[in-house]
Amino acid sequence: MKTLEDLKKLREQLQSDRKVRKMSSTQVIVGMGTCGIAAGAREVMIAILDEIAQKKLEDISVCQTDCIGMCQQEVLVDVVRPNEPRITYGRVKPTDVPKIIAEHVVNGRIVEELFVGKIEQ
Amino acid sequence: MEHIRAHVLLCAGTGCISSGSKKVEAAFQREVARKGLIDEIKIVETGCHGFCEMGPIVIVYPEGVFYCHVKEEDVAEIVDSHLYKGRIVERLLYREPISHEKIINYNEINFYKKQKRMVLANCGHISPEVIEDYIAAGGYEALGQALTKMTPEQVIDEVKVSGLRGRGGGGFPTGMKWEFAKKAAGDQKYVICNADEGDPGAFMDRSVLEGDPHRVLEGMAVCGYAIGASEGIIYVRAEYPLAIKRLKVAIAQAEEMGFIGKHIFGSDFDFKVKIKEGAGAFVCGEETALLASIEGQRGMPRSRPPFPAISGLWGKPTNINNVETFANVPQIIVNGGEWYASIGTEKSKGTKVFALTGKINNTGLAEVPMGITMREIIYEIGGGILNGKKFKAVQIGGPSGGCLPESMLDLPVDYDSLIQAGAMMGSGGLVVMDEDTCMVDVAKFFVNFTQSESCGKCTPCREGTKRMLEILTNITEGKGKKGDIELLQQLAKNIKATALCGLGQTAPNPVLSTMRYFMDEYEAHINEKRCPAGVCSHLSGYSITENCKGCGLCKQVCPVTAISGEVKSRHSIDQEKCIKCGACMGKCPFKAIRKG
Ligand SMILES: Cc1cc2nc3c(=O)[nH]c(=O)nc-3n(C[C@H](O)[C@H](O)[C@H](O)COP(=O)(O)O)c2cc1C
Ligand code: SF4
Ligand code: SF4
Ligand code: SF4
Ligand code: FES
Ligand code: FES
Repeated sequence: MKTLEDLKKLREQLQSDRKVRKMSSTQVIVGMGTCGIAAGAREVMIAILDEIAQKKLEDISVCQTDCIGMCQQEVLVDVVRPNEPRITYGRVKPTDVPKIIAEHVVNGRIVEELFVGKIEQ
Repeated sequence: MEHIRAHVLLCAGTGCISSGSKKVEAAFQREVARKGLIDEIKIVETGCHGFCEMGPIVIVYPEGVFYCHVKEEDVAEIVDSHLYKGRIVERLLYREPISHEKIINYNEINFYKKQKRMVLANCGHISPEVIEDYIAAGGYEALGQALTKMTPEQVIDEVKVSGLRGRGGGGFPTGMKWEFAKKAAGDQKYVICNADEGDPGAFMDRSVLEGDPHRVLEGMAVCGYAIGASEGIIYVRAEYPLAIKRLKVAIAQAEEMGFIGKHIFGSDFDFKVKIKEGAGAFVCGEETALLASIEGQRGMPRSRPPFPAISGLWGKPTNINNVETFANVPQIIVNGGEWYASIGTEKSKGTKVFALTGKINNTGLAEVPMGITMREIIYEIGGGILNGKKFKAVQIGGPSGGCLPESMLDLPVDYDSLIQAGAMMGSGGLVVMDEDTCMVDVAKFFVNFTQSESCGKCTPCREGTKRMLEILTNITEGKGKKGDIELLQQLAKNIKATALCGLGQTAPNPVLSTMRYFMDEYEAHINEKRCPAGVCSHLSGYSITENCKGCGLCKQVCPVTAISGEVKSRHSIDQEKCIKCGACMGKCPFKAIRKG
């Protein structure tokens, strides 16, 4: 550690790890009710985490939620982007995940074929 | 592939460890593995959150859910419900003491909402044994800035502008103290961090050392640069093993990364830090006694001048500051003295950490801006008096401080207002007392403490406090005489004026302040042989007042037939026979029986 710049660089690197401690304004939320888990919600969630790690995406909180009463549509995944309505996708399979991440989470384009609902925030 | 989506922060401060946080941690490791979540969840050990009575404390991020009193058996449920399914475990949430409302989020808890956590900003939020966590939170920026962009004079100026005053009790302006040490002639100078923390009930310094040790090291190094010292010593009591362990880890890491050692930040400044364990006598916190103790002599104060800044350790110029004082330094350098001076009151700047204890709902560490009122601390942060009882007094400043009554609750908390009111900031102990407290007994308690901690070097303190204790003991035992109050006042005045060190000079404060605000209690003890709070066992008999209607109910319940009296006339209790069971008091329909 010889200069302030070295310290600054190191700090920026280290801070990305701590971002988990803050809820990001972009969130991907997986329905983890009993039926969701039975329908494969865990696998979808792992696919989401893998995709985010592989693409080295930052500032995205991955959370879970309880059953929301649309069990026939499980696995349910919600995407929230800053100042945009919360979009719910249904019958999501792990293979759908790269598309949701690339299209919606990163670029803000709703994936129509999986869309089941929208909540204005 | 590993992608961490949640952090579980486990408190591993002394308080939570003693309530079982190590077992909770082991359980988390086990359960997270069992559920196959190792790649998704990170478990982080932190220092104290200052809310130890709620421990073990667990916080789950990103949601920031605050779980308290978490036991080993609860962990599986947190992992299954919260971490696996996203369902908050409601039964482990914190409840507000009066409203019983359940609070999910750490920041929404009243205890934390009113606080201004600057010195404690990292405590409970970073891992104290991982230097990277401190750096990620902005650590060592101040040292870097000081060494590469500022002259020692500029550093001292910045600290002067900030208005920072010593947090160890005296409240001396820190920048001025540094300037004395800088100007003192000498090739070898020392920086000493006073982590003796002898006040009963105080634990803020321990928490800072355990929860954020690098902040203190950084403050010391900045001071070393400012005054021209190449060596720092932390004097910490041996009863703080965890603080010592974490300091050792921190020093090793800081050396490894070059924040301590030679040519720090490529400059000509060298600085090393050592730990000196103290035996833990209260008087060893006094700076000259502390110096003697480091030099291997008996920990006894000597007269000043010369002040340590001129002739300190081994006769060399030495700057001694408290843990919390040093912990304030990094933010002053990074954000500027003006910024710091914008917080607080005209003559007391910044924040102060208090240790709230006693008959209060939320006990723990509270960091508040100077100038906040006692009422806000006790009722908003502290959640009010335990069990809905009435407030009686708050003892502030430890054994050297004073007791303030209800009429002083709106006093702004700063160095000068407290002194004026007969108390002092001290190191920040704050003991809340309810209606069941006897103020003479409280005064006796503190004088007993200082008396037994007196080093015995000078007569006023050694003999004077003994005499005061005798008189107070007599008063509480019903042997108080006319003239005792005047004698106490006389003794207090003499001891204050003539004792050699701060211990003796402040020892009478609890007596003087209780006499100032609660004289009626002294008088009741001496003149009526009565303890109004019913605490002093020699005086706390039950008696029947003029409200008695002579119904006879009390007579029937008394197990030892201590009550006598004719029907429809006032009854009385035979104090010789009475065993103080209290049965009669509960029975009287007219509230005619009183205790004390
Ligand atoms: C009896 C006695 C005990 C003291 N104990 C402590 C202590 O435990 N910690 C502390 O920092 N200062 C203590 N002090 C105050 C120190 O003498 C000294 O003023 C202080 O460490 C200076 O640091 P500051 O300017 O940062 O407050 C004590 C003073 C007296 C008279
Ligand atoms: S005042 Fe008390 S503690 Fe201080 S030097 Fe005198 S006897 Fe010792
Ligand atoms: S306190 Fe108990 S023993 Fe004393 S008078 Fe009342 S009932 Fe009797
Ligand atoms: S119960 Fe109360 S009113 Fe009745 S005799 Fe006893 S003290 Fe008097
Ligand atoms: S040790 Fe955990 S809150 Fe103090
Ligand atoms: S003997 Fe020490 S002050 Fe008098």
